Amino acid sequence: MLNQLFHDPVTLRAAQAIGAAIFALVVAYLARWAGIRLQRETVVALVRGISQIIIVGLLLTFVFGSAQWLSAFVLLGMMLAGAVIAAQRTKHIPRVMRVTSSAILLGAGLVIGIMVLLGVIDTAAATLIPVGSMLIANAMNTTALALDRFRAEVEAHTGQIEAGLALGGAANVVIGPYVQAAVQASMIPSVNNLRSLGIVWIPGVMAGMVLSGSDPIEAAIYQFVVVAMLFATAGTTALLCALFVRGHAFSPAEQLLLRPGEPRKPAPVPVSLYP
Amino acid sequence: MLTKTGKNSIPVGFPEVVKDQPSGRDVALETRHLSRAIEDKVLVNDISVRVQQGEILAVVGPSGAGKSSFLRLLNRLDEPTSGTVLLDGHDYHEIEPRELRRRVGMVMQMASLFPGTVAANIAFGPQQRGQAISPDQIEALLDRVGLRNYHERDVSNLSGGEAQRVSLARTLANSPEVLLLDEPTSALDDASQRGIEELVLSVIRERRMTCVIVTHDMAQAARIADRIMYIEAGELVAIGLTEEVLHAQSTVP
Repeated sequence: MLNQLFHDPVTLRAAQAIGAAIFALVVAYLARWAGIRLQRETVVALVRGISQIIIVGLLLTFVFGSAQWLSAFVLLGMMLAGAVIAAQRTKHIPRVMRVTSSAILLGAGLVIGIMVLLGVIDTAAATLIPVGSMLIANAMNTTALALDRFRAEVEAHTGQIEAGLALGGAANVVIGPYVQAAVQASMIPSVNNLRSLGIVWIPGVMAGMVLSGSDPIEAAIYQFVVVAMLFATAGTTALLCALFVRGHAFSPAEQLLLRPGEPRKPAPVPVSLYP
Repeated sequence: MLTKTGKNSIPVGFPEVVKDQPSGRDVALETRHLSRAIEDKVLVNDISVRVQQGEILAVVGPSGAGKSSFLRLLNRLDEPTSGTVLLDGHDYHEIEPRELRRRVGMVMQMASLFPGTVAANIAFGPQQRGQAISPDQIEALLDRVGLRNYHERDVSNLSGGEAQRVSLARTLANSPEVLLLDEPTSALDDASQRGIEELVLSVIRERRMTCVIVTHDMAQAARIADRIMYIEAGELVAIGLTEEVLHAQSTVP
C-alpha cells in the first residue's frame, strides 16, 4: 500500500517508520485498558530509538566512505559503551567497570581479530561494523549476565564461602563453584541460540540477506558462521569475566568484599598484608 | 580488685569490671586498640584484650554491639581499620592469612557445610594445605563429636545439631590453637543446644585450646567461660572473671 503512494526510497522508509510507530502507540494506548500505563514511555522510547538509529545510519554512511582503520575506532567505541552499560547493571561489585571493560575488550576483540585474520569477517566496513557490533553486543550481555549471577551466587552462599576461608581455604577454591555457575548461566542464551538456530529462530543476518535478495543457502551458512562466532565470543568473554571478577571479590588477605547488605565502600584497608 | 577500662560510655547502672589482664608468655591471643569501621559506621572501637593460653573468654552484649564483628577480626575474615591482633606474640600481619586461619579456627552460627558428604567437609581444611586426612582420622573426629558412622552421609540430610557437630569436627580437623565460636548454639533447639555446648566445652578442655565465644546468652557464658567481656556499641565496657561480671551485673539497681 505504502509503496504505491511513495516512490522515492527514503520517503517510503520514512512513511514505513511512521506507520510502525503509530501501530506501537496504538498498542501502548490499548494497554491502558489492562491498567498498564505505557504511553509516555513508549513515546520516549520511540523518539529515542529513531534518533539513535538514524545517527548510526549517518555515522555508517560516513565510515563506509572513509579509511578502513576508522571502523576499528567505531568498534572500540562500541566496546567501551557496552562496558559502561554492563557495569551499570551490576554496581555492587567493586571496581566493576574495570571488569566489564577488560572482559569485553579482550573477549570481543580477540574473536573479531582472529575472525578477521582468518578471513571469516571481511575487513570492509560494511561487514566488519555490523558483524562486529553483534559480537560486541553479545559480549556485553554475557558480561552483564555473568556478573549478575556471580553477585547473586556469592550473596546466597556467603556462609559457605566464609566458612571455607575460615578453614584456611584459598579464595579461588572457595569461590570456584559460584564462578562456574555464573559462567554457565551467562552462556545459556548463546547455547540456546546455537541449538534453536533455524528451528525457532531465523536471525537477523539471514533475514537481512534474504530480504536483500541473497541466495537462502548462502545466507543460512553465513548465519551459522555468525551464531558460532557469537557463541565463541560469549564463551571467551564469560571466562575472562570470571577470571577478572574473582580477583575483585576478595581483598589481598583473601577476605570476601562482596557481602550482602554491606555498604559498597569499606573503609580504607592497609595494603601490605603478606609478610 | 576491679579496675577500669578507661572508657567513658559505660551504660548507666552497669558497673565497670575489669580484672587485671593476664601478661607474660602465656598470652595466646591479644588485641591492641582493635577497631573496624565501614564508611561512617563504627563496628568495633579500640578494643584491647588479652586471652590466656587455655582460657575461655565469652564476649557478651546486646545484639548489634559488635560481638561478631570483633570475632571476625580475630580470624581475619575482616580487616581492622586500625589496631592489630597478636597470635602467640606475633602480629597478624606477619602470618600468612591462610595459615593464620588454620591456627585460629572458627565455628559460625550457621554450620554452612559444603554440599557433599560429611567426610568431604572434614577433609577440606587439611586438603587446602595439601595434606591427606585418613578415613581413620575422619572417623575418630566424627566419633569425638558424637557422629559415629556418619562419614558417608550427605550433609543435606543432617539436622541442625548434627550439622553444627560436623562444623565443629571440620574445624578441629585443622588442629587449631585457638577456637572462635560465633553463637554456635543460637540457631538450634534447646535439646541440641545443651548437647553442643557440653561437647564444645569438653573438646576445648581436652585439647587445651584457647577459646573466644560470642553469645547473647548470659547463662551460657556463665556455664562455660573463665572470663567475660561485655561490649556495647563496639566498645569494651567491662571485662573480668565470670563471677565478678555476673555479680556486678546482678547488683545493677
